[in-house]
Amino acid sequence: MLRDQDRIFTNLYGIHDWRLKGAQSRGDWDNTKALLAKGRDAIIEEVKTSGLRGRGGAGFGTGMKWSFMPKTEGARPHYLVINADEGEPGTCKDREIMRFDPHKLVEGALLAAFAIGAHASYIYIRGEFIREAEHLQVAIDEAYAAGLIGKNACGSGWDFDLYVHRGAGAYICGEESALIESLEGKKGQPRLKPPFPAGVGLYGCPTTVNNVESIAVVPAILRRSGAWFAGLGRAKNSGTKLFCISGHVNKPCNVEEEMGISFRELIDKHCGGIRGGWDNLMGVIPGGSSTPVLTREVIENCPMDFDGLREAGSGLGTAAVIVMDKSTDIVRAITRLSRFYKHESCGQCTPCREGTGWMWRMMERMDKGDATIEEIDLLQQVTKQVEGHTICALGDAAAWPIQGLIRNFRPEIEKKIRARNSSAA
Amino acid sequence: MPKLTIDGTEIEVEAGVTILQAAETIGIEIPRFCYHERLAVAGNCRMCLVEVEKMPKPVASCAMPVGEGMVVHTNNANVRKARQGVMEFLLINHPLDCPICDQGGECDLQDQAVAYGGDRSRYQEEKRAVEDKSYGPLIQTWMTRCIQCTRCIRFISEIAGTPVLGGLGRSEHLEVGRYVGAAVSSELSGNLIDLCPVGALTNKPASYTYRAWELKKTESVDAMDALGSAIRLDTRGNEVIRILPRVNDDINEEWLSDRSRFACDGLKRQRLDRCYVRKDGTLAATSWSDAFAAITAKVNGLAGSKIAAIAGDQTDVETMQAFKDLLAALGSGNMDCRQDGAKLAAGNRAAYLFNSTIAGIEQADALLIIGSNPRIEAPVLNARIRKRWLKGGFKAAIIGPKTDLTFQHDWLGDSAQVLAAIAAGNHPFADVLKNAAKPAIIIGQGALTGEDGAAILALAAKLAQDTGVIADGWNGFNVLHTAAARVGGLDVGFVPQAGGKDTAGIIAGAQSGEISVVFLAGADEIDMKSLGNAFVVYLGSHGDAGAHRADVVLPTAAYTEKSATFVNTEGRVQRTRLAIFPPGEAKEDWKVVRALSDALGKPLAFDTVKQLRQRMVASNAVFATEGVVAAATWAGAGAEGALSDKPLASAIDNFYMVDPISRASKTMAECTAEFGGGCGCNSKKKTGTHG
Repeated sequence: MLRDQDRIFTNLYGIHDWRLKGAQSRGDWDNTKALLAKGRDAIIEEVKTSGLRGRGGAGFGTGMKWSFMPKTEGARPHYLVINADEGEPGTCKDREIMRFDPHKLVEGALLAAFAIGAHASYIYIRGEFIREAEHLQVAIDEAYAAGLIGKNACGSGWDFDLYVHRGAGAYICGEESALIESLEGKKGQPRLKPPFPAGVGLYGCPTTVNNVESIAVVPAILRRSGAWFAGLGRAKNSGTKLFCISGHVNKPCNVEEEMGISFRELIDKHCGGIRGGWDNLMGVIPGGSSTPVLTREVIENCPMDFDGLREAGSGLGTAAVIVMDKSTDIVRAITRLSRFYKHESCGQCTPCREGTGWMWRMMERMDKGDATIEEIDLLQQVTKQVEGHTICALGDAAAWPIQGLIRNFRPEIEKKIRARNSSAA
Repeated sequence: MPKLTIDGTEIEVEAGVTILQAAETIGIEIPRFCYHERLAVAGNCRMCLVEVEKMPKPVASCAMPVGEGMVVHTNNANVRKARQGVMEFLLINHPLDCPICDQGGECDLQDQAVAYGGDRSRYQEEKRAVEDKSYGPLIQTWMTRCIQCTRCIRFISEIAGTPVLGGLGRSEHLEVGRYVGAAVSSELSGNLIDLCPVGALTNKPASYTYRAWELKKTESVDAMDALGSAIRLDTRGNEVIRILPRVNDDINEEWLSDRSRFACDGLKRQRLDRCYVRKDGTLAATSWSDAFAAITAKVNGLAGSKIAAIAGDQTDVETMQAFKDLLAALGSGNMDCRQDGAKLAAGNRAAYLFNSTIAGIEQADALLIIGSNPRIEAPVLNARIRKRWLKGGFKAAIIGPKTDLTFQHDWLGDSAQVLAAIAAGNHPFADVLKNAAKPAIIIGQGALTGEDGAAILALAAKLAQDTGVIADGWNGFNVLHTAAARVGGLDVGFVPQAGGKDTAGIIAGAQSGEISVVFLAGADEIDMKSLGNAFVVYLGSHGDAGAHRADVVLPTAAYTEKSATFVNTEGRVQRTRLAIFPPGEAKEDWKVVRALSDALGKPLAFDTVKQLRQRMVASNAVFATEGVVAAATWAGAGAEGALSDKPLASAIDNFYMVDPISRASKTMAECTAEFGGGCGCNSKKKTGTHG
């Protein structure tokens, strides 16, 4: 369990002042100039040492991502884009950061931008986050007023501008290249890769897109050393992580925990256990709606980190843990997720555009039992036809929940089908 | 140059090409829907997925650049499975109405479904239906058939430069459509039909009239504008059903303007299919021999100077050569192929050609357009200029109509005085031309047909000589013609001979009585009322202005009905091919002239088209080689003179109706009603609240 002194987000619950004064009393903006003075390479090296993996879901090494940026600024400026389009169902961690600890993000933005040679950074915030955007803007204004960002930020000689851009409510705009398109004023549709944003990104310029949480932990890593961060959690899965636990636990909550904490410990320590006891646990979606649902047997003692959950057949994703007890109609639940992905597909590429609708419609029938047992296999094949064949990962995200359902809860679907067929007979 | 292995074959290709292109070099065709070599890569249909070893997922070969040491499989079990999956997805919401679809038989989806489709559908859910859009008189939409490949969106935005289409909505509700519900207004809109890989966009005027496989295909050359685009005439029986572009990278790439494509219904209307002689003020149908007798009665014994001939805008070189010889035999030098009065001199070839060539315009880095609106005069050329502009480092300006040319340009005014200022070096654009590596000038017929045409031409020539428009290995002095016949006429020398009169002179002579017989070889654009009491013999295909004025009408063939020579604005000699036969008693034009020469007792010295073409070569060696542009030697142009105050405008005021064929076309009439004079044209444009 995470010791209190290792906590990064010390105002996660908003009990302290979120504004500049309060943030400074918690250690934010403490001699940021000295951190910048370490230089670009040292900052990237420190983040690499920390083993920080992107907190947006894919878990790509943040330091590694930064090192893909051109070493020196050429004719094209560099940009840092911060992905605050937190739309994955079940996830609400970035929201809390921006509400109650926005200065961590602003300071992190300065440090990250400096590390990749960017003088400008955009925070693309989900349109529904109205108060959060306001808090963020206040924090940015405060930082400007205090000389922490802007011209000669923190007296470091580095000019840095930070802008908040509000999205319009499309899940797909959380995909980094769709986010860039949207930021450019176009329709949010993912771009083909390669080229990757580090080469051709925002306005065709080298760009790094990072999640809010990834950026917000950077100041702490630089202050307390990468080794400290790497010392938390397991190898290659280091650090702390915000978990968003929702569903059938006694006390749903957001909590910062050490990576690799077991599911059982996470729930018992922070959430007061499963509603109705552990024997009442049916299934868990461990990392936001796109990750496959797992059964109690698999999840109970599973370490909650990238590799642990991957080995278990799911993923850490955004660490949005959705707990479902035995009162859940799991087929109905996954059908609802399927509808979400059908609704949020951008419609650009064929497998996702056509496949999400097909999968959802079949799920609707399965939910009513209006199907045959063989059609479960057909549904599985359709998910396989979508997965891995699309431009972006939304196709995978739409396929995985259904695959998880069929893999782990096929009897539930069959039960519905049999029930309807027997009542019809 | 990276080396890679595709299906076991090791090849070395240029860095930056895609896997799909690399595979094509060794003859492996990867199926695709959204990819088109002339459009930006979209990568959204996912049909071109291939397997690359060491990559976790199949990759879209149209978008993936080759890499050193890649091992690509384009047709193994995994790839086939992926494509079968994509095909199944494409078909679940496709109506499968091939039996009633005009695209049937030439449909990419149909073809590839044979290779990758299942024999039955596994899709049990409801199918999606999409409301059809109204794209105007040219394009029929069947949006349920659309597979969202976005080729049309990319064409209309990138090539045509009129970004009116887009993808609306998202997920399975993504529809291609206009942002505002109005017709697709572009002079190149017909190309959307060719680009559409399915039957979502089809040829509206020809809808339900053909099946692709029952059409006879004849490769020919367009004569509806002066570009001479490569076309294919699709015919059934004695009817041109549709006209499609062929690939010719030197001229039209693979595009075609809407007039060239859709005016073909004009080939069936208002046709002259027999001879007429005016009796008691009205034209009465008659036989060839009676028609010739009427002409002979008038011409025999007449002094040569009282006879004249004017050639039209779609008259082929053979006819003009034959007419020139006939007039010479009759002792007349009164002839002109410039019925618009353009001040272009025959003989000085570089002064009337599009010297940079159409493809060559892509090398230009500065362009001055004078008295022309290339968007309606030659839309395909305009798309080339836009293509050049999109590459960047290109500065354009226009003296002439203030209009949207689809590429960025400065409007310098519409007065010839501006040109004079530039030529004198007193205008900032003079420096732009001077500082450019390959500057170019396009001078349109709108600048050349006025009284001061020669003076404007001379000014442009002076400017060209002073600014490097004409340099070693580069001649950017371009005359843009609007008539398919014009360059051929100038090449064959169908201009006033010694002591002869030009168009204006002939008209004046006819009015004064100095000239008593006027032959109109398809000439319809002159003012017929001013021909006085002259006896007018009209040779032509359509009952247009000339036939209405004529005393004798001799029916001839349109450009689709004969093998005839045209020279395009670059000076490229090309031949049309006979796709259908002329209607009724109509005959090929040169044969009519040859027969007439017999009737007049002055038999011409050729009996076959081969002999006639030898005669053409003898009068100008350019006719010896087909299909190529021989660089013309620069020898100045025009003649100095006073400039008038008349504003420079385009020679064309209605893109859809410029010649007898397009004026006879119902489709073109509908376009005129829908779009006014054409989208790039300032006249009669409808507004959003119209009607």
